[in-house]
Amino acid sequence: MRLVFHIWRQATASAPGKMVRYESANMNPDMSMLEALDVLNEELITQGTEPVVFEHDCREGICGSCGFMINGIAHGPLARTTVCQLTLRHFKDGEELYLEPWRASAFPVLKDLMVDRASFDRIIAAGGYCSVPAGSPQDANALLIPKPEADRAMDAAACIGCGACVAACPNASASLFTGAKITHLGLMPQGQPEREIRALRMVRQMNGEGFGHCGNIGECEAVCPKGISIEVIARMNRDFAGASITERPKSGAAEDGA
Amino acid sequence: MAVTGVVLAGFIVGHLLGNLQIFIGRDTFNGYAEGLKKLHVLLWGTRAALLVSVALHIWSTIQLAARRSSARPVAYQKYTAQTSSYASRTMYMSGPIVAAFIVYHLLHFTIGVGGTPYDAGDPYGNVVAGFKVIPVALAYVIAMGLLCLHLRHGLASFLQTLGVNHPAYTPKIKLAASLIAGLIFLGFSSIPVAVMAGVVS
Ligand code: HEM
Ligand code: FES
Repeated sequence: MRLVFHIWRQATASAPGKMVRYESANMNPDMSMLEALDVLNEELITQGTEPVVFEHDCREGICGSCGFMINGIAHGPLARTTVCQLTLRHFKDGEELYLEPWRASAFPVLKDLMVDRASFDRIIAAGGYCSVPAGSPQDANALLIPKPEADRAMDAAACIGCGACVAACPNASASLFTGAKITHLGLMPQGQPEREIRALRMVRQMNGEGFGHCGNIGECEAVCPKGISIEVIARMNRDFAGASITERPKSGAAEDGA
Repeated sequence: MAVTGVVLAGFIVGHLLGNLQIFIGRDTFNGYAEGLKKLHVLLWGTRAALLVSVALHIWSTIQLAARRSSARPVAYQKYTAQTSSYASRTMYMSGPIVAAFIVYHLLHFTIGVGGTPYDAGDPYGNVVAGFKVIPVALAYVIAMGLLCLHLRHGLASFLQTLGVNHPAYTPKIKLAASLIAGLIFLGFSSIPVAVMAGVVS
Protein backbone atom coordinates (compact mmCIF):
# COMPACT_ATOMS: atom_id res chain seq x y z
CA MET A 1 0.00 0.00 0.00
CA ARG A 2 1.28 3.44 -0.95
CA LEU A 3 0.53 6.66 0.95
CA VAL A 4 1.55 10.26 0.42
CA PHE A 5 2.14 12.25 3.60
CA HIS A 6 2.29 16.01 4.00
CA ILE A 7 3.68 16.45 7.50
CA TRP A 8 4.29 19.56 9.58
CA ARG A 9 8.03 19.68 10.27
CA GLN A 10 9.26 22.04 12.94
CA ALA A 11 12.71 21.59 14.46
CA THR A 12 12.16 23.34 17.80
CA ALA A 13 9.47 25.22 19.65
CA SER A 14 10.74 28.56 18.37
CA ALA A 15 11.77 27.54 14.84
CA PRO A 16 9.41 28.20 11.95
CA GLY A 17 7.80 25.07 10.51
CA LYS A 18 6.43 23.95 7.18
CA MET A 19 4.58 21.09 5.53
CA VAL A 20 6.92 18.55 3.88
CA ARG A 21 5.84 15.87 1.41
CA TYR A 22 6.89 12.23 1.91
CA GLU A 23 5.86 9.11 0.10
CA SER A 24 6.07 5.47 1.12
CA ALA A 25 5.09 2.30 -0.73
CA ASN A 26 5.75 0.12 2.33
CA MET A 27 2.40 0.68 4.01
CA ASN A 28 0.09 -2.13 5.05
CA PRO A 29 -3.68 -1.79 5.61
CA ASP A 30 -3.37 -3.57 8.98
CA MET A 31 -0.92 -1.02 10.36
CA SER A 32 -2.05 1.68 12.73
CA MET A 33 -1.36 5.29 11.80
CA LEU A 34 1.47 5.37 14.33
CA GLU A 35 3.00 2.22 12.88
CA ALA A 36 2.80 3.88 9.48
CA LEU A 37 4.84 6.76 10.89
CA ASP A 38 7.27 4.23 12.42
CA VAL A 39 7.81 2.71 8.97
CA LEU A 40 8.11 6.13 7.37
CA ASN A 41 10.64 7.12 10.05
CA GLU A 42 12.76 4.00 9.35
CA GLU A 43 12.88 5.09 5.73
CA LEU A 44 13.73 8.67 6.67
CA ILE A 45 16.56 7.48 8.95
CA THR A 46 18.12 5.37 6.18
CA GLN A 47 17.90 8.41 3.90
CA GLY A 48 19.68 10.47 6.55
CA THR A 49 16.64 12.64 7.28
CA GLU A 50 15.44 13.47 10.82
CA PRO A 51 12.54 11.18 11.76
CA VAL A 52 9.12 12.74 12.43
CA VAL A 53 8.50 13.32 16.13
CA PHE A 54 5.07 12.35 17.43
CA GLU A 55 3.84 11.53 20.90
CA HIS A 56 2.64 8.05 21.89
CA ASP A 57 2.65 5.63 24.77
CA CYS A 58 0.03 2.89 25.20
CA ARG A 59 -0.93 2.54 21.54
CA GLU A 60 -4.21 1.08 22.70
CA GLY A 61 -6.33 4.20 22.90
CA ILE A 62 -6.30 4.68 26.64
CA CYS A 63 -3.39 6.90 27.66
CA GLY A 64 -4.16 10.04 25.66
CA SER A 65 -0.57 10.62 24.55
CA CYS A 66 -1.09 10.40 20.82
CA GLY A 67 -2.99 12.71 18.55
CA PHE A 68 -2.64 14.95 15.51
CA MET A 69 -4.82 16.23 12.71
CA ILE A 70 -5.32 14.02 9.67
CA ASN A 71 -6.81 15.94 6.74
CA GLY A 72 -8.24 18.52 9.11
CA ILE A 73 -9.87 16.08 11.54
CA ALA A 74 -8.51 15.53 15.03
CA HIS A 75 -7.44 11.84 15.29
CA GLY A 76 -8.52 11.29 11.68
CA PRO A 77 -11.73 10.26 9.98
CA LEU A 78 -12.84 7.35 12.18
CA ALA A 79 -15.17 8.37 15.03
CA ARG A 80 -14.24 7.48 18.62
CA THR A 81 -10.74 6.42 17.62
CA THR A 82 -7.31 7.73 18.56
CA VAL A 83 -4.60 7.79 15.89
CA CYS A 84 -2.88 4.84 17.57
CA GLN A 85 -6.03 2.77 17.00
CA LEU A 86 -6.72 4.07 13.51
CA THR A 87 -5.69 1.51 10.90
CA LEU A 88 -4.67 2.24 7.35
CA ARG A 89 -7.52 0.16 5.94
CA HIS A 90 -9.64 3.25 6.39
CA PHE A 91 -7.60 5.00 3.71
CA LYS A 92 -7.33 4.41 -0.01
CA ASP A 93 -4.18 3.25 -1.75
CA GLY A 94 -2.25 6.32 -2.92
CA GLU A 95 -4.26 8.69 -0.70
CA GLU A 96 -2.72 12.02 0.33
CA LEU A 97 -2.73 12.64 4.08
CA TYR A 98 -2.08 16.01 5.71
CA LEU A 99 -0.74 15.57 9.24
CA GLU A 100 -0.63 18.66 11.44
CA PRO A 101 -0.09 19.14 15.18
CA TRP A 102 -2.89 20.37 17.46
CA ARG A 103 -3.07 24.14 17.01
CA ALA A 104 -3.61 26.27 20.11
CA SER A 105 -1.51 28.89 21.84
CA ALA A 106 -2.02 26.89 25.06
CA PHE A 107 -0.55 23.82 23.26
CA PRO A 108 2.75 25.13 21.86
CA VAL A 109 4.41 22.86 19.30
CA LEU A 110 7.57 21.30 20.72
CA LYS A 111 8.70 19.53 17.56
CA ASP A 112 6.90 18.31 14.43
CA LEU A 113 3.61 16.74 15.56
CA MET A 114 4.30 16.93 19.29
CA VAL A 115 2.73 19.67 21.40
CA ASP A 116 3.16 20.64 25.05
CA ARG A 117 -0.08 19.95 26.93
CA ALA A 118 1.15 21.00 30.38
CA SER A 119 -1.72 23.51 30.37
CA PHE A 120 -4.09 20.53 30.87
CA ASP A 121 -1.99 19.38 33.83
CA ARG A 122 -2.26 22.83 35.38
CA ILE A 123 -6.06 22.79 34.97
CA ILE A 124 -6.15 19.46 36.81
CA ALA A 125 -3.77 20.75 39.48
CA ALA A 126 -6.07 23.74 40.00
CA GLY A 127 -8.93 21.55 41.24
CA GLY A 128 -9.35 18.28 39.38
CA TYR A 129 -9.01 16.11 42.48
CA CYS A 130 -10.69 15.25 45.80
CA SER A 131 -8.74 16.13 48.93
CA VAL A 132 -9.37 12.96 50.92
CA PRO A 133 -7.56 11.85 54.09
CA ALA A 134 -5.19 9.07 53.06
CA GLY A 135 -6.03 6.84 56.02
CA SER A 136 -7.24 3.23 55.95
CA PRO A 137 -9.90 2.50 53.31
CA GLN A 138 -13.50 2.53 54.45
CA ASP A 139 -16.01 -0.22 53.92
CA ALA A 140 -16.78 -0.62 50.22
CA ASN A 141 -20.51 -0.03 50.56
CA ALA A 142 -20.36 2.79 53.07
CA LEU A 143 -20.96 5.35 50.33
CA LEU A 144 -23.97 4.55 48.21
CA ILE A 145 -23.96 5.86 44.64
CA PRO A 146 -26.97 5.31 42.37
CA LYS A 147 -26.01 3.30 39.30
CA PRO A 148 -27.11 5.92 36.73
CA GLU A 149 -24.98 8.58 38.45
CA ALA A 150 -22.03 6.21 38.62
CA ASP A 151 -22.43 5.50 34.89
CA ARG A 152 -22.55 9.17 33.98
CA ALA A 153 -19.53 9.90 36.14
CA MET A 154 -17.74 7.04 34.40
CA ASP A 155 -18.68 8.39 30.96
CA ALA A 156 -17.07 11.71 31.86
CA ALA A 157 -14.10 9.99 33.51
CA ALA A 158 -13.39 8.25 30.19
CA CYS A 159 -11.60 11.46 29.10
CA ILE A 160 -7.97 10.61 28.37
CA GLY A 161 -6.83 14.23 28.11
CA CYS A 162 -5.61 13.87 24.53
CA GLY A 163 -6.51 17.44 23.55
CA ALA A 164 -8.53 16.60 20.42
CA CYS A 165 -11.40 18.74 21.72
CA VAL A 166 -9.17 21.82 21.80
CA ALA A 167 -7.70 20.96 18.42
CA ALA A 168 -11.09 20.60 16.73
CA CYS A 169 -12.71 23.65 18.33
CA PRO A 170 -12.73 26.73 16.06
CA ASN A 171 -12.19 28.75 19.25
CA ALA A 172 -9.50 26.40 20.66
CA SER A 173 -11.57 26.08 23.81
CA ALA A 174 -10.74 23.51 26.49
CA SER A 175 -14.31 23.37 27.78
CA LEU A 176 -14.96 19.72 26.93
CA PHE A 177 -11.86 18.60 28.83
CA THR A 178 -12.49 20.82 31.84
CA GLY A 179 -16.21 20.06 31.82
CA ALA A 180 -15.50 16.32 31.74
CA LYS A 181 -13.31 16.55 34.86
CA ILE A 182 -15.78 18.79 36.70
CA THR A 183 -18.66 16.44 35.79
CA HIS A 184 -16.79 13.28 36.68
CA LEU A 185 -15.93 14.49 40.18
CA GLY A 186 -19.08 16.53 40.69
CA LEU A 187 -21.35 13.51 40.21
CA MET A 188 -19.62 11.50 42.94
CA PRO A 189 -20.32 11.97 46.64
CA GLN A 190 -16.58 12.25 47.27
CA GLY A 191 -16.50 15.24 44.94
CA GLN A 192 -19.28 17.23 46.62
CA PRO A 193 -17.36 19.09 49.36
CA GLU A 194 -15.09 20.78 46.82
CA ARG A 195 -17.57 21.00 43.96
CA GLU A 196 -17.90 24.79 43.94
CA ILE A 197 -14.31 25.71 44.57
CA ARG A 198 -13.28 23.13 41.96
CA ALA A 199 -15.46 24.71 39.27
CA LEU A 200 -14.15 28.17 40.11
CA ARG A 201 -10.51 27.21 40.14
CA MET A 202 -10.51 24.93 37.12
CA VAL A 203 -12.45 27.35 34.91
CA ARG A 204 -10.25 30.27 35.96
CA GLN A 205 -7.13 28.24 35.28
CA MET A 206 -8.52 27.22 31.88
CA ASN A 207 -9.18 30.85 30.97
CA GLY A 208 -5.79 31.91 32.30
CA GLU A 209 -4.04 29.38 30.07
CA GLY A 210 -5.28 31.23 27.01
CA PHE A 211 -7.79 28.73 25.69
CA GLY A 212 -10.68 30.22 23.71
CA HIS A 213 -14.30 30.55 24.74
CA CYS A 214 -16.87 27.84 24.00
CA GLY A 215 -19.34 28.77 21.24
CA ASN A 216 -21.49 25.64 21.66
CA ILE A 217 -20.63 24.46 18.18
CA GLY A 218 -20.07 20.81 19.07
CA GLU A 219 -16.98 19.95 17.01
CA CYS A 220 -15.29 18.73 20.22
CA GLU A 221 -17.80 15.99 20.96
CA ALA A 222 -17.65 14.82 17.35
CA VAL A 223 -13.90 14.15 17.50
CA CYS A 224 -13.63 13.03 21.14
CA PRO A 225 -12.23 9.50 21.02
CA LYS A 226 -14.28 8.73 24.13
CA GLY A 227 -17.53 10.21 22.82
CA ILE A 228 -17.91 12.68 25.69
CA SER A 229 -20.95 14.91 25.19
CA ILE A 230 -21.07 18.70 25.51
CA GLU A 231 -23.60 18.05 28.25
CA VAL A 232 -20.52 18.19 30.50
CA ILE A 233 -19.89 21.77 29.33
CA ALA A 234 -23.41 22.83 30.31
CA ARG A 235 -22.81 21.28 33.71
CA MET A 236 -19.52 23.15 34.04
CA ASN A 237 -21.29 26.40 33.14
CA ARG A 238 -23.96 25.64 35.75
CA ASP A 239 -21.49 24.80 38.50
CA PHE A 240 -19.34 27.81 37.65
CA ALA A 241 -22.28 30.23 37.56
CA GLY A 242 -23.65 28.92 40.87
CA ALA A 243 -20.26 29.02 42.54
CA SER A 244 -19.53 32.54 41.23
CA ILE A 245 -22.80 33.90 42.60
CA THR A 246 -22.34 32.39 46.06
CA GLU A 247 -18.58 32.90 46.31
CA ARG A 248 -17.63 34.62 49.58
CA PRO A 249 -14.71 36.93 50.14
CA LYS A 250 -11.74 35.01 51.51
CA SER A 251 -11.58 34.96 55.30
CA GLY A 252 -8.24 34.15 56.96
CA ALA A 253 -9.06 30.70 58.39
CA ALA A 254 -10.73 29.13 55.37
CA GLU A 255 -7.95 30.38 53.12
CA ASP A 256 -7.13 27.28 51.14
CA GLY A 257 -10.02 24.97 51.96
CA ALA A 258 -13.35 24.42 50.25
CA MET B 1 -23.72 37.21 25.08
CA ALA B 2 -26.49 34.79 26.02
CA VAL B 3 -28.50 37.29 28.06
CA THR B 4 -28.20 40.19 25.60
CA GLY B 5 -28.91 37.80 22.71
CA VAL B 6 -32.16 36.69 24.34
CA VAL B 7 -33.22 40.28 25.00
CA LEU B 8 -32.66 41.06 21.32
CA ALA B 9 -34.46 37.91 20.21
CA GLY B 10 -37.40 38.78 22.47
CA PHE B 11 -37.63 42.18 20.81
CA ILE B 12 -37.47 40.55 17.38
CA VAL B 13 -40.58 38.47 18.18
CA GLY B 14 -42.48 41.51 19.46
CA HIS B 15 -41.39 43.62 16.49
CA LEU B 16 -42.54 40.91 14.08
CA LEU B 17 -45.99 40.65 15.69
CA GLY B 18 -46.35 44.42 15.49
CA ASN B 19 -45.24 44.57 11.86
CA LEU B 20 -47.57 41.80 10.72
CA GLN B 21 -50.48 44.15 11.41
CA ILE B 22 -49.62 45.66 8.04
CA PHE B 23 -51.72 42.83 6.54
CA ILE B 24 -54.81 44.12 8.39
CA GLY B 25 -54.62 47.46 6.66
CA ARG B 26 -53.24 50.98 6.54
CA ASP B 27 -55.32 52.36 9.42
CA THR B 28 -54.55 49.56 11.87
CA PHE B 29 -50.84 49.67 11.09
CA ASN B 30 -50.54 53.44 11.25
CA GLY B 31 -52.68 53.46 14.40
CA TYR B 32 -50.36 50.93 16.00
CA ALA B 33 -47.32 53.03 15.09
CA GLU B 34 -49.04 56.15 16.36
CA GLY B 35 -49.93 54.36 19.61
CA LEU B 36 -46.32 53.31 20.16
CA LYS B 37 -45.13 56.89 19.78
CA LYS B 38 -47.55 57.99 22.50
CA LEU B 39 -46.25 55.40 24.98
CA HIS B 40 -43.18 57.50 25.69
CA VAL B 41 -41.92 55.49 28.65
CA LEU B 42 -42.34 52.12 26.93
CA LEU B 43 -40.88 53.38 23.67
CA TRP B 44 -37.80 54.99 25.15
CA GLY B 45 -37.40 52.24 27.75
CA THR B 46 -37.35 49.63 24.99
CA ARG B 47 -35.01 51.71 22.86
CA ALA B 48 -32.61 52.14 25.78
CA ALA B 49 -32.71 48.43 26.66
CA LEU B 50 -32.07 47.51 23.02
CA LEU B 51 -29.23 49.97 22.68
CA VAL B 52 -27.55 48.62 25.80
CA SER B 53 -28.12 45.02 24.67
CA VAL B 54 -26.76 45.64 21.18
CA ALA B 55 -23.74 47.45 22.60
CA LEU B 56 -22.99 44.66 25.09
CA HIS B 57 -23.64 41.95 22.49
CA ILE B 58 -21.21 43.57 20.08
CA TRP B 59 -18.71 44.21 22.88
CA SER B 60 -18.80 40.48 23.80
CA THR B 61 -18.39 39.62 20.13
CA ILE B 62 -15.25 41.75 19.94
CA GLN B 63 -13.83 40.20 23.10
CA LEU B 64 -14.62 36.65 22.00
CA ALA B 65 -13.20 37.28 18.54
CA ALA B 66 -9.99 38.60 20.08
CA ARG B 67 -9.75 35.56 22.33
CA ARG B 68 -10.51 33.27 19.44
CA SER B 69 -7.63 34.56 17.35
CA SER B 70 -5.16 34.67 20.23
CA ALA B 71 -6.11 31.12 21.25
CA ARG B 72 -5.24 29.81 17.77
CA PRO B 73 -2.58 32.05 16.27
CA VAL B 74 -1.52 29.49 13.64
CA ALA B 75 -4.38 28.29 11.46
CA TYR B 76 -4.67 24.75 10.13
CA GLN B 77 -3.69 24.17 6.52
CA LYS B 78 -6.64 21.80 6.38
CA TYR B 79 -9.67 21.85 8.62
CA THR B 80 -12.72 19.67 8.09
CA ALA B 81 -15.79 20.43 10.17
CA GLN B 82 -17.54 17.31 11.44
CA THR B 83 -20.97 17.92 12.91
CA SER B 84 -21.25 21.64 13.57
CA SER B 85 -24.01 23.47 11.72
CA TYR B 86 -23.31 26.06 9.04
CA ALA B 87 -25.21 28.53 11.21
CA SER B 88 -22.95 27.92 14.22
CA ARG B 89 -19.76 28.35 12.20
CA THR B 90 -20.86 31.62 10.64
CA MET B 91 -21.99 33.51 13.77
CA TYR B 92 -19.11 35.95 13.30
CA MET B 93 -20.34 36.71 9.79
CA SER B 94 -24.12 36.68 10.17
CA GLY B 95 -23.88 38.89 13.30
CA PRO B 96 -21.93 41.83 11.84
CA ILE B 97 -24.02 41.77 8.63
CA VAL B 98 -27.20 41.90 10.73
CA ALA B 99 -25.64 44.83 12.64
CA ALA B 100 -25.05 46.68 9.37
CA PHE B 101 -28.62 45.90 8.37
CA ILE B 102 -29.96 47.31 11.65
CA VAL B 103 -28.19 50.61 10.95
CA TYR B 104 -29.62 50.75 7.43
CA HIS B 105 -33.07 49.74 8.67
CA LEU B 106 -33.14 52.57 11.23
CA LEU B 107 -31.98 55.09 8.64
CA HIS B 108 -34.60 53.77 6.25
CA PHE B 109 -37.80 53.55 8.28
CA THR B 110 -37.13 55.35 11.57
CA ILE B 111 -35.13 58.37 10.41
CA GLY B 112 -36.26 58.37 6.80
CA VAL B 113 -32.99 58.86 4.96
CA GLY B 114 -32.92 55.48 3.20
CA GLY B 115 -33.40 56.95 -0.25
CA THR B 116 -37.03 55.92 -0.72
CA PRO B 117 -40.04 58.31 -0.32
CA TYR B 118 -40.69 59.02 3.37
CA ASP B 119 -43.54 60.63 5.31
CA ALA B 120 -43.19 60.54 9.10
CA GLY B 121 -46.97 60.43 9.52
CA ASP B 122 -47.55 57.43 7.25
CA PRO B 123 -45.43 54.38 8.19
CA TYR B 124 -47.63 52.14 6.03
CA GLY B 125 -46.93 54.26 2.98
CA ASN B 126 -43.21 54.29 3.79
CA VAL B 127 -43.09 50.50 3.89
CA VAL B 128 -44.94 50.20 0.59
CA ALA B 129 -42.82 52.86 -1.08
CA GLY B 130 -39.65 51.31 0.36
CA PHE B 131 -40.34 47.77 -0.80
CA LYS B 132 -41.51 48.81 -4.26
CA VAL B 133 -37.80 49.27 -4.91
CA ILE B 134 -36.85 45.67 -5.68
CA PRO B 135 -33.16 45.80 -4.55
CA VAL B 136 -34.26 47.26 -1.19
CA ALA B 137 -36.89 44.55 -0.71
CA LEU B 138 -34.38 41.83 -1.63
CA ALA B 139 -31.81 43.27 0.78
CA TYR B 140 -34.38 42.95 3.57
CA VAL B 141 -35.15 39.33 2.66
CA ILE B 142 -31.44 38.46 2.59
CA ALA B 143 -30.83 40.20 5.93
CA MET B 144 -33.72 38.25 7.45
CA GLY B 145 -32.19 35.04 6.10
CA LEU B 146 -28.96 35.87 7.94
CA LEU B 147 -30.85 36.79 11.11
CA CYS B 148 -32.62 33.43 10.83
CA LEU B 149 -29.25 31.64 10.58
CA HIS B 150 -27.92 33.63 13.54
CA LEU B 151 -30.91 32.72 15.66
CA ARG B 152 -30.99 29.11 14.56
CA HIS B 153 -27.74 28.61 16.43
CA GLY B 154 -28.19 31.37 19.01
CA LEU B 155 -31.58 30.37 20.35
CA ALA B 156 -30.35 26.88 21.26
CA SER B 157 -26.81 27.95 22.14
CA PHE B 158 -27.83 30.46 24.79
CA LEU B 159 -29.43 27.68 26.85
CA GLN B 160 -26.27 25.58 26.68
CA THR B 161 -24.30 28.66 27.79
CA LEU B 162 -26.66 29.06 30.73
CA GLY B 163 -26.14 25.43 31.66
CA VAL B 164 -29.21 23.72 30.19
CA ASN B 165 -28.40 20.48 28.43
CA HIS B 166 -30.31 17.27 28.92
CA PRO B 167 -30.61 14.30 26.58
CA ALA B 168 -34.41 14.48 26.74
CA TYR B 169 -34.75 18.22 26.06
CA THR B 170 -31.74 19.37 24.05
CA PRO B 171 -32.84 17.81 20.73
CA LYS B 172 -36.26 19.44 21.19
CA ILE B 173 -34.67 22.77 22.10
CA LYS B 174 -32.63 22.65 18.88
CA LEU B 175 -35.72 21.83 16.87
CA ALA B 176 -37.66 24.65 18.51
CA ALA B 177 -34.81 27.09 17.81
CA SER B 178 -34.86 26.14 14.13
CA LEU B 179 -38.64 26.48 13.96
CA ILE B 180 -38.70 29.87 15.67
CA ALA B 181 -35.84 31.13 13.49
CA GLY B 182 -37.66 29.87 10.40
CA LEU B 183 -40.93 31.52 11.43
CA ILE B 184 -39.12 34.80 12.08
CA PHE B 185 -37.66 34.62 8.58
CA LEU B 186 -40.99 33.81 6.94
CA GLY B 187 -42.85 36.41 8.99
CA PHE B 188 -40.53 39.33 8.27
CA SER B 189 -39.91 38.35 4.65
CA SER B 190 -43.63 38.10 3.94
CA ILE B 191 -43.89 41.90 4.11
CA PRO B 192 -41.42 42.86 1.32
CA VAL B 193 -42.64 39.86 -0.69
CA ALA B 194 -46.27 40.97 -0.28
CA VAL B 195 -45.42 44.51 -1.40
CA MET B 196 -43.48 43.24 -4.42
CA ALA B 197 -46.40 40.95 -5.29
CA GLY B 198 -48.83 43.84 -4.95
CA VAL B 199 -50.79 42.21 -2.11
CA VAL B 200 -49.98 45.14 0.18
CA SER B 201 -50.19 48.46 -1.64
C1 HEM C 1 -31.20 41.12 16.04
C2 HEM C 1 -30.03 41.00 16.45
C3 HEM C 1 -29.40 39.84 17.18
C4 HEM C 1 -29.95 38.83 17.92
C5 HEM C 1 -31.41 38.59 18.18
C6 HEM C 1 -28.87 37.99 18.41
C7 HEM C 1 -29.01 36.86 19.21
C8 HEM C 1 -27.97 36.03 19.63
C9 HEM C 1 -28.08 34.90 20.52
C10 HEM C 1 -29.36 34.42 21.19
C11 HEM C 1 -26.82 34.34 20.65
C12 HEM C 1 -26.42 33.11 21.48
C13 HEM C 1 -25.74 33.47 22.77
C14 HEM C 1 -25.07 32.28 23.48
O1 HEM C 1 -25.03 31.19 22.98
O2 HEM C 1 -24.55 32.50 24.56
C15 HEM C 1 -25.93 35.10 19.82
C16 HEM C 1 -24.59 34.82 19.64
C17 HEM C 1 -23.72 35.59 18.89
N1 HEM C 1 -23.99 36.83 18.32
FE1 HEM C 1 -25.83 37.66 18.13
N2 HEM C 1 -27.68 38.49 17.95
C18 HEM C 1 -27.98 39.63 17.20
C19 HEM C 1 -27.09 40.48 16.59
C20 HEM C 1 -25.73 40.28 16.56
C21 HEM C 1 -24.80 41.24 16.01
C22 HEM C 1 -25.19 42.58 15.47
C23 HEM C 1 -23.57 40.64 16.11
C24 HEM C 1 -22.21 41.13 15.69
C25 HEM C 1 -21.78 42.32 15.68
C26 HEM C 1 -23.72 39.36 16.73
C27 HEM C 1 -22.69 38.45 16.96
C28 HEM C 1 -22.85 37.26 17.66
C29 HEM C 1 -21.83 36.25 17.79
C30 HEM C 1 -20.44 36.32 17.20
C31 HEM C 1 -22.37 35.21 18.56
C32 HEM C 1 -21.69 33.88 18.92
C33 HEM C 1 -20.89 33.95 20.16
C34 HEM C 1 -20.20 32.64 20.43
O3 HEM C 1 -19.83 31.92 19.50
O4 HEM C 1 -20.03 32.35 21.61
N3 HEM C 1 -25.05 39.16 17.00
N4 HEM C 1 -26.64 36.14 19.22
S1 FES D 1 -0.85 6.14 22.38
FE1 FES D 1 -2.12 5.98 24.16
S2 FES D 1 -3.98 6.72 23.39
FE2 FES D 1 -2.81 6.63 21.57
